[in-house]
Amino acid sequence: MKRVAIAVAFAVLLAAGAIAGTVGSAGAGSKPTKITIWVGWSGSTHELKVFKGLVAAYDRQTPGVEVDVVGDINDDKIISAIRSGNVPDVVSSFASSNVGSYCSTGAWIDLGPLLKQSHIDASIFPAASRYYTQYKGVRCALPLLADDIGLYYNRTLFRKAGITHPPRTFSELTADAKKLTVKNPDGSLKIVGYDPAFAFYDDVPPKFTFYAPLFGARYTDSAGHSVLAKDPAWTKFLKWQKSLVDWYGYSKLQRFQASLGQEFSASNGFETGKLAMNVDGEWRVAFIANEHPELKYATAPMPVDDAHPGLYGAGYINGTIIGIPKGVKHEQEAWDLVRYLTTNTHFLAQFSNGIRNVPSTIASAKSKELKPDPNFATFIKIFANPHSATTPITAAGAGYQDLIQSFVVKWQAGHVSDLASGLANLDKQIDAQLAQATKGGKP
Amino acid sequence: MTEVPVGGAAAIAAPRPAVDRRRERKKAHWRRRRLVLLFMTPWILGFAVFFGYPLVMSAYLSFTHYDLLSPPRWIGLANYRYLFTTDQQIWPAVKNTLWMIGVAVPLQVLFAFGIATMLARAKAGAGFFRTIFYLPALAPPVAATLGFVYILNPANGPVNIALSHLGISGPLWFQSPDWAKPSLVLLGLWGVGNVMIIFLAAVLDVPKHLYESAELDGAGPLRRLRYVTLPTISPVILFAVITGVIQGLQYFTQAYVAANIASGQASQAGDTTSNLGYPEDSTLFYPVLLYQNGFRYFTMGYASAMAILLLAVSLVVTLLIIFNSRRFVHYGGMR
Repeated sequence: MKRVAIAVAFAVLLAAGAIAGTVGSAGAGSKPTKITIWVGWSGSTHELKVFKGLVAAYDRQTPGVEVDVVGDINDDKIISAIRSGNVPDVVSSFASSNVGSYCSTGAWIDLGPLLKQSHIDASIFPAASRYYTQYKGVRCALPLLADDIGLYYNRTLFRKAGITHPPRTFSELTADAKKLTVKNPDGSLKIVGYDPAFAFYDDVPPKFTFYAPLFGARYTDSAGHSVLAKDPAWTKFLKWQKSLVDWYGYSKLQRFQASLGQEFSASNGFETGKLAMNVDGEWRVAFIANEHPELKYATAPMPVDDAHPGLYGAGYINGTIIGIPKGVKHEQEAWDLVRYLTTNTHFLAQFSNGIRNVPSTIASAKSKELKPDPNFATFIKIFANPHSATTPITAAGAGYQDLIQSFVVKWQAGHVSDLASGLANLDKQIDAQLAQATKGGKP
Repeated sequence: MTEVPVGGAAAIAAPRPAVDRRRERKKAHWRRRRLVLLFMTPWILGFAVFFGYPLVMSAYLSFTHYDLLSPPRWIGLANYRYLFTTDQQIWPAVKNTLWMIGVAVPLQVLFAFGIATMLARAKAGAGFFRTIFYLPALAPPVAATLGFVYILNPANGPVNIALSHLGISGPLWFQSPDWAKPSLVLLGLWGVGNVMIIFLAAVLDVPKHLYESAELDGAGPLRRLRYVTLPTISPVILFAVITGVIQGLQYFTQAYVAANIASGQASQAGDTTSNLGYPEDSTLFYPVLLYQNGFRYFTMGYASAMAILLLAVSLVVTLLIIFNSRRFVHYGGMR
């Protein structure tokens, strides 16, 4: 009897414990799930602050979730986290060229099934953005705002030089650049009309990628082989670029560039009026507003090859990519956040207003919430232009871009004697690099 | 006749057989070894985990295709074939690295030795000058490089401004493929304090009586340097050369920072620059290219092959230097 009483008491205690546990876990469930997102925007700029502010609004709307935003992240850190298995819930990267690695290896999970489950069709994103967020049919990323490239010109300097409208062809650009250039008494450059030099203010991706679509230049043939030597557009583009560099004098241009501040600083050459025109991304609109609101400038699409006037209005497109790393702890919450950040028109418009990057869905690019700004509107139009293009996504990541950059920098310095054979050799190197990157099968 | 009992005091006093003594000695020897091993355990563990394992793994990975994200796939000698026969960036990188070793290491050794010799003779303010010459060695490499890119800015850097006052148009320094490496050499000479302090200790340690004897024999300052100072400090020279060569083979940080800053691209944190080697691959050293392959293109198998080659070259060069050093390095009677 005593044993029965003990057993009953024990059962009661167990049940009580179980109930307490259930209550406890219900209590824990009511606590928000903490998820972490890693982004590349730096704490030293306004961009991270804007993003954090908007994510805080998402936090308030979504009581079950608390999002921690971590800035200053690059792809090395993302890969290290994935390798260690200790991953954040959501990751984003500026290097869309790495999407080939992320998608083919499963390092970023396939978002295709999640898009399907949420009844989202990828066609809500423009074609170029759809391209750089997938690899061989696996969509492991989505675009989180986009970047495109246009021409910035200093209205004060234009007026002084008697130029009434921005150039539409490279011939016009060259003529305007010469008119706008001002030299010091000793012959050194004081103001440069347009600096076409490679490896100057050259970020990711390098500057030659901006010009390729404007000359209608192709990187590869249908079989994926490099065709820089075969496509005459590359030769034409490189000859134009070098002729303008030579007009300034390569050495003088180098010395002038050294006198300018860093690209992402308030002493940027265009912002301080030392570059009359400059090729740059839409983000510069916000940088100028923050750093030099007094600057009188305007934007326009980049000029195009004289032989292809129909390309005017197009430009280079790229952008931040976002995805979910493998090994994620809260996949559903992570997907909910990714979905919100990439498809919510209100968020995209607000974020675009904050950092002046191009809204990355077709709907958000037309949103009435976008702050009207003619300088920024140029980039929305470039984004929508059907001739706008991006760079090839390959298994070798940005390797081919580095090889081209290495070549064109030597070219502009006058250290390539035979352009045709130099480009042919470059094709060989690019093909060999790609073959090496895919050695042994996938990716 | 009294029988001597077996055992007892006589037996105890008898000397132990030689076998027992040997066993005892062996035991004591092993006890000492165990103790040594015990004290060495932290180092052995650290060496095995942080050096041995990565070395073995690098050797294995060099025969694979490995992108850091999916399991390595065995591809035999393909990485080495690509390295030796196809990759056209390798040879400029090797040439840059050899240039750095060939120019920077002798200059650094000479410079460090020269300063040490002067400091050894300083009578007044010796401590002050030693501190002044050593201080740059404490500057972190990134900060030091940033400072040098600023000082040697061709347009508005203080060096070129000073040169312009003398009517000289200064070079483009870090912006020029001809001057970028010499600029890095200047940076290296400025921070030579660590080697200098070792030289100083060695020079101060040369026995005075050797100089006195040489003087009595009529040796002037140059002969004293040639026949007394240099032979006495030759082990330190050997040390400085070997460590300098190894550092030259691993030259990375300064080249990486200088390329980014000189190209105007102190980029945002999320970016990985495409300007490594700026200008015109003149600062593309072998370790920079290795980094680029491993952490920018994620071809870690190929980067491992490059690392193994670097290790082999370092080993061969070090052995060659040590082997050849027997002719001019003196250890005071010890070999």
